Amino acid sequence: MKPEELEVKAAAELAKQQAMDVRLVCCSSTGCQSSGAADIVARIKADITERGLAGKVQVGGTGCMGLCSKGPLVRMTCKGHEDVLFSEMTPDLASRLVEEVVAPVANGEEIHDPVGPLGAHVVDLHAAFFAMQERVVLSNNGHADPEKLADYLVHGGYQGLRKALTMSAEEICQEVLASGLRGRGGAGYPTGLKWDFAHRMQSDVKYVICNGDEGDPGAFMDRSVLEGDPHAVLEGMMIAARAMNATNGVFYIRAEYPLAVDRIEKAIRQARQAGLVGRNILNSGWSFDFDVRLGAGAFVCGEETALIASVEGKLGTPRPRPPFPSVKGLWDKPSCVNNVETLANVPRILLNGAEWFAAKGTEKSKGTKVFALTGKIAHNGLVEVPMGITIREIVETIGGGTGTDRKVKGVQTGGPSGGMIPESQFDTPISYEHLQQLGSMMGSGGLIVIDDHDSVVELARFYLDFCVDESCGKCAPCRIGGTQMLHLLDKIVAGDGTEEDIANIRMIAQAMQKGSLCALGQTAPTPVLSALKHFPSEFTERLKQPAAAEA
Amino acid sequence: MSEDTALDDVEVEEAPEDEIVVLAQKWKKKRGSLIMALHELQGRLGYVPRESAMKLGREMGIPLANIYEVLTFYNYFKLESPGKYIISVCTGTACHIKGSPKLLHGIENELGIKEGESTPDGEYHLQGVRCLGCCGLAPLASVNGKVYGKQDVTDAHGLLENVKRDEPMHVAAESNDAE
Repeated sequence: MKPEELEVKAAAELAKQQAMDVRLVCCSSTGCQSSGAADIVARIKADITERGLAGKVQVGGTGCMGLCSKGPLVRMTCKGHEDVLFSEMTPDLASRLVEEVVAPVANGEEIHDPVGPLGAHVVDLHAAFFAMQERVVLSNNGHADPEKLADYLVHGGYQGLRKALTMSAEEICQEVLASGLRGRGGAGYPTGLKWDFAHRMQSDVKYVICNGDEGDPGAFMDRSVLEGDPHAVLEGMMIAARAMNATNGVFYIRAEYPLAVDRIEKAIRQARQAGLVGRNILNSGWSFDFDVRLGAGAFVCGEETALIASVEGKLGTPRPRPPFPSVKGLWDKPSCVNNVETLANVPRILLNGAEWFAAKGTEKSKGTKVFALTGKIAHNGLVEVPMGITIREIVETIGGGTGTDRKVKGVQTGGPSGGMIPESQFDTPISYEHLQQLGSMMGSGGLIVIDDHDSVVELARFYLDFCVDESCGKCAPCRIGGTQMLHLLDKIVAGDGTEEDIANIRMIAQAMQKGSLCALGQTAPTPVLSALKHFPSEFTERLKQPAAAEA
Repeated sequence: MSEDTALDDVEVEEAPEDEIVVLAQKWKKKRGSLIMALHELQGRLGYVPRESAMKLGREMGIPLANIYEVLTFYNYFKLESPGKYIISVCTGTACHIKGSPKLLHGIENELGIKEGESTPDGEYHLQGVRCLGCCGLAPLASVNGKVYGKQDVTDAHGLLENVKRDEPMHVAAESNDAE
């Protein structure tokens, strides 16, 4: 395909969409699929065909629209009316929608109230949940069908790559560095810098690897991006490849995410067929292709050296760095491992420019961040917010608080590697630095809300138990330290703990932080330490009472 | 991931020999593809029987010890036949906070087995799993890949009744990241 053909294809698809009287898109991500989205799409399609409206009404899928707990969600674009989002749809409701709204509109009848019959299911698209969000990574969700390349092209797809093909590797690195984009997997290392290191390495073979091994329990950002906008991740990887002169791309995705794997494989096939992947991409003379590898249920494989070992078909155990993967990675060749969300940002940065991206967020944390908002929260789901927004705005305004008469106690960010942030600190802006100052971390984007009935001690124990179970066992501080710390926490939870146990927990934590081989062990104590820091009384209240101890 | 009708038949002990040969030939050409080959094998059989692992090792030229090293390191792989209904209770954080331990215990009591065990008749296998990524539907369980979201954690009996009614079939890509 020639570069100009991208526009031609996009224009053709856009014209087709604009010619439609009504466009109905149903969320086709795992959450809504689980609540029966496929049945709804099938019913709408059948109804439309039966009424002979196939040429006037378009029906399709789309990526996660955010309100996962209210699924399945259907978005309707009706000529002459504002878009409407319907929640908790069923096939029967969909039939009613077709009968009372879609069919009349398609038949040229005047409709005054396109939501009337399903009023109770209408979600206000102007409500704070949507209005306070800023969608960059999730911008195509709710609009484009992730299974259609043409839909991605309509929304500027592969224009970032096209631009990158006219730039030198140094220029791409510089552009991404200037944008201020930092790794969204948790650590927040500047992406442009990481690419630049790999670029400087001389090698005939280099790899760019997408880390889609989202193992943090309670987080589903990467799944949603892979499922909802697979071509954006592909495009981001190809731009990364240009920036470091990489020759091959590898997707490493959790096997527990079959739909994400399926979508990525489909996207690769479509792109290859269109000449966007493979040999002589967009007539540039550059060739690049992808390989997909599945994870197999090991949290430690989120660590880059363990991930690389797993891609090589070996045990997913980390190794000491240096040498860093950018020097010696997959098959001992220079490699760069990037997170899904990081990569999905890249095409937008190339397309809109570094300044556009750098205008969002705080001084050191640029752009937006996708969060999976779960736990004791009214609006459970996926949100994308500009960096610098306060935790309170996310939890209370966007999330709607607990939605019950209980009070919010705090949030856990960063999953098993992160920490608990008490409600009193909710006015802190979201940024890599601020969250670290609070004893937590940005992490990949899990944001779990707990209320005043939840025990911080038990939650800390839950996370530690997870890390102990997921420890690969290679290094002693993590393997032994974690287990011993868990014993002490168990003792405290059971009401048999002493002050000395808490002191020992702190001592072990320090040893694990300093001595563990990888981030799993180094950060495993964080939930416990942050709970001790912000909620010390919850621990002391559970200690064995002195009188009882003497008896 | 490939689907195969053989999955419905829990009696299958080993994939037909030539099937493993074909599978081994396919993955042998790609470097470091043992994990992918094991995924495909488990996708067909529901688990990795010892005989199949031995055969795969011979065909791919990989020592059995290496294969078992990988099989036992990664939670996803199963060494025993999981039964007709694989009940996976999500124990991720969002589900945990919404009471998934209670749901797990309730099912344990209903079936008279512990987490990680199968009923003697081979009908049910119960496992706690890591996050299934449907946190918006917490607390949830999945049975043979079909998700049962927003469960009442005090009503394990009701969940099992629904499962019996639905009779969900095995799905090749079933999430079984067992703890």
